[in-house]
Amino acid sequence: MAEAILQATAITAGYVPDLPILRDVSLTVRPAQITLIIGPNGAGKSTLIKAIAGLLPVSSGQIRFQGSDITGIRTDQLSAQGIAYVPQTDNIFRSLTIRQNLDLALRRAGGQAPTRLAQLFEQFPALAAKHGDKAGTLSGGQRQFLAIAMALATAPKLILMDEPSAGLSPKATQEVLEHARTLTTQGVSILLVEQNVNQALRLADHCFILAEGRNQLDGPAEDLRDNKIVGDIYLGNRRMGVA
Amino acid sequence: MIQHLLDGILTGSYLSLGAIGLTLVMHILRFANFSHAELLSLGAYAALVCDALVSGLAPFLAVKLAPLSLTGSLILAILVSMVLTGLSALLIDRLVFKRVREKGQELSMVFASFGMALIMRNVIGLIFGLSPELYSRDIAFATILSRDPLILVKPDQVFVLGAALLLMFALHLVLSRTTFGYALRAVAENPSLAQVNGVNLQRTIMAVWLIGGGLAAVAGVFYGISHQLIPVMGRDLVLPIFAATIVGGIGSVYGAVLGGFIVGIAGNLALLILPSGYTPSVPFLMILAVLMIRPHGLFGEARA
Amino acid sequence: MIGVISYLVFFATTASILAIAVLGLNLQWGNTGLFNGGVVAFFGAGAYATLILGGTAQAGHLGGYGIFYPLALLGGMVVAGLMAWIVGLLTLRLRHDYLAIATFGVAVAFENLMRNAEWLAGGAKGVRGFERPLRTALGDGFIYNLAFFAVVLLILILTYLFLQRIVVSPFGRLLRAIREDEEAAQSLGKNPARIRLIAFITGSVILGLAGGLYGTFYAFVSPQDVLPTLTFQIWAMLIVGGAGNNRGAIFGAFLIWGAWTASGWALSRFAPVEVQLYTGSVQFILIGSVIVGMLMWRPQGFLPEHLVVSHKGKTKRKQQGEY
Repeated sequence: MAEAILQATAITAGYVPDLPILRDVSLTVRPAQITLIIGPNGAGKSTLIKAIAGLLPVSSGQIRFQGSDITGIRTDQLSAQGIAYVPQTDNIFRSLTIRQNLDLALRRAGGQAPTRLAQLFEQFPALAAKHGDKAGTLSGGQRQFLAIAMALATAPKLILMDEPSAGLSPKATQEVLEHARTLTTQGVSILLVEQNVNQALRLADHCFILAEGRNQLDGPAEDLRDNKIVGDIYLGNRRMGVA
Repeated sequence: MIQHLLDGILTGSYLSLGAIGLTLVMHILRFANFSHAELLSLGAYAALVCDALVSGLAPFLAVKLAPLSLTGSLILAILVSMVLTGLSALLIDRLVFKRVREKGQELSMVFASFGMALIMRNVIGLIFGLSPELYSRDIAFATILSRDPLILVKPDQVFVLGAALLLMFALHLVLSRTTFGYALRAVAENPSLAQVNGVNLQRTIMAVWLIGGGLAAVAGVFYGISHQLIPVMGRDLVLPIFAATIVGGIGSVYGAVLGGFIVGIAGNLALLILPSGYTPSVPFLMILAVLMIRPHGLFGEARA
Repeated sequence: MIGVISYLVFFATTASILAIAVLGLNLQWGNTGLFNGGVVAFFGAGAYATLILGGTAQAGHLGGYGIFYPLALLGGMVVAGLMAWIVGLLTLRLRHDYLAIATFGVAVAFENLMRNAEWLAGGAKGVRGFERPLRTALGDGFIYNLAFFAVVLLILILTYLFLQRIVVSPFGRLLRAIREDEEAAQSLGKNPARIRLIAFITGSVILGLAGGLYGTFYAFVSPQDVLPTLTFQIWAMLIVGGAGNNRGAIFGAFLIWGAWTASGWALSRFAPVEVQLYTGSVQFILIGSVIVGMLMWRPQGFLPEHLVVSHKGKTKRKQQGEY
């Protein structure tokens, strides 16, 4: 078994003190894999990602990234550590142009910035074609790609993706998820929250299921694909998390 | 009519400079800072003191730069005052606003800024006395541009307008060409996403106070050159500056520039139809008009 | 001795009038979270309108309608309410800065109008020629002042009871709900803008009432009475007393008015003559420091808001029992 790149142990966290949304949640992300978090609405999936990203106070537990403790990290220090975070919505700056969005993300890249920008434009030709346009004019799918491109600009080892498919068409969703898969072949690890359970399970390597703020089950994604318990956890909340 | 228009543009140049800093603070820290106009007074008086110091230490600088009534020492003093006022704005944030903010009382910030305005205004009054001061006792002669209709322009006024436009252009370049500028705009649009993208929020807020304070200092000096320095000048400037931000749309730097000129010109053109005693009410009427026609201003976005 | 008592009555009357104003502001700021930057405009509107409506005929400006006093006072309240309605309608849908700036603007424009428009309210000379009600029966002396104080105190108590009733009513809970979480209140099917408008107008009407009483007390009002100073004083009273707490508002009014009067007296008595010119500046610095200091160290005021938990019938009864 490969060593963990990210290890969260017994995390308790929430938006306000004394009202934890997550209780004792643990999670492991292995290098160059897609680790998926699924669970019914309100299970605490986004909360977990935000807690890792330092956007929420962690009241107990520990988060280690590549062996060092990053619990309660200041969000603006994430990228320096090698972690990028793609929020669910509002993940680009609408009033800046596409180029300016990327330049902002590349701010700390120094001398490498021009090369990386060229690479990103090569990877996302649709963005290159519109580089002078305000990001607010992009379509939903293109915004998602811009957000991913901004995350990649920092050359991260780990990307936290919070429902990249939110508000996208099934086709665009497929594109985004497949792109995530290609990234792992380049050595990037991904922690993915997704509502499109079936689609995501086909792509992911490992999967954690949360419900009511706690770990319910985890295992290799392929084992969970046809697992009855997965269905039950969703059905228990009268919700089929299937696109 | 043309004379009023020219005077209005001149007024607009210092209102715009004041409004830029105010609109940034209102957008990023999300509160109407009623003490911003006091930064203009602070900057104006700081320049007065620095001017006296510089001309005392280096008398060769205290020579007028003809045809202006300005001296080299005053120009140096303006630069020093920009730094001092920016640092003061930072200090006030540290001592007062930051603490109130951290108590979680966003709405209380407006109250705190009123309190600060009272304190600053009256401390300046205590230090410098209540009588007006001037940068130069010399009478600056106006150049007659036209005799019929009579249009007069002072060289100082041309300098003020030119310098204000130059500063605004510099700011435009920073905002539209540098990653520092993008970071400022990013924080204004979405502070937490900016942090996700590695922008240090605290430092950006500090930068906003420094820029806002620096521009306010210049605005204050230009007001002093155009009129005179009085400790209560902040009280007379606060409403026009707010009007400029609302006309332009809160949060928009370009809106603040345009709003400043619009409010300045409107105030002077109003003299054609209203007795001069009513001039202080004109910014309020502009605010009302904008709220009725276009509540989010010329460039503003609806934001909760 | 009679001098001291007579002064105390004078002091208590002014403080009670201000306390009514602070109660009006408390409904806006304390209960609803609405920032009124132009308290003095609504106060002044009440004062001016009461004197213009109830006064004797004056040369050169509006007035002299000699309307029956209670109606004149009511008229003052209506004018203050109308001003609040216009400002509120334009700003309450927008982010809170707009209300702060617009109300501040109202105060500037109001003072400016009163100072300049001689045809309206006598300009800088102000409005005179107001006959205080029942003057013929009670005279001008101590008895009149005592009776007037009694009336003001009664109105203060009535205002307090009225506002306490609002606080515990469903409407009061709605106000707090909107203050704390506008979106949640909206999702319950309430229209926050409308409810805030009602609260803003009601508060301004109370400010107008206080202004009307103030004008009556002095039988004279001029632009000097509607300077921003008064806005700052009334705020300081509310913040010191405790925003959201009606008893705190009254307590703050007496405390700050006492401190203001005492500091003015002390400065005029003990400060060197050359400093006396700056008495105003020193007092402003004090009041600014009080506002800033309270917000930094004790934002809840000396008598903090007594939160009424809506689902507990017991708390409600207890509150009502305290009337």
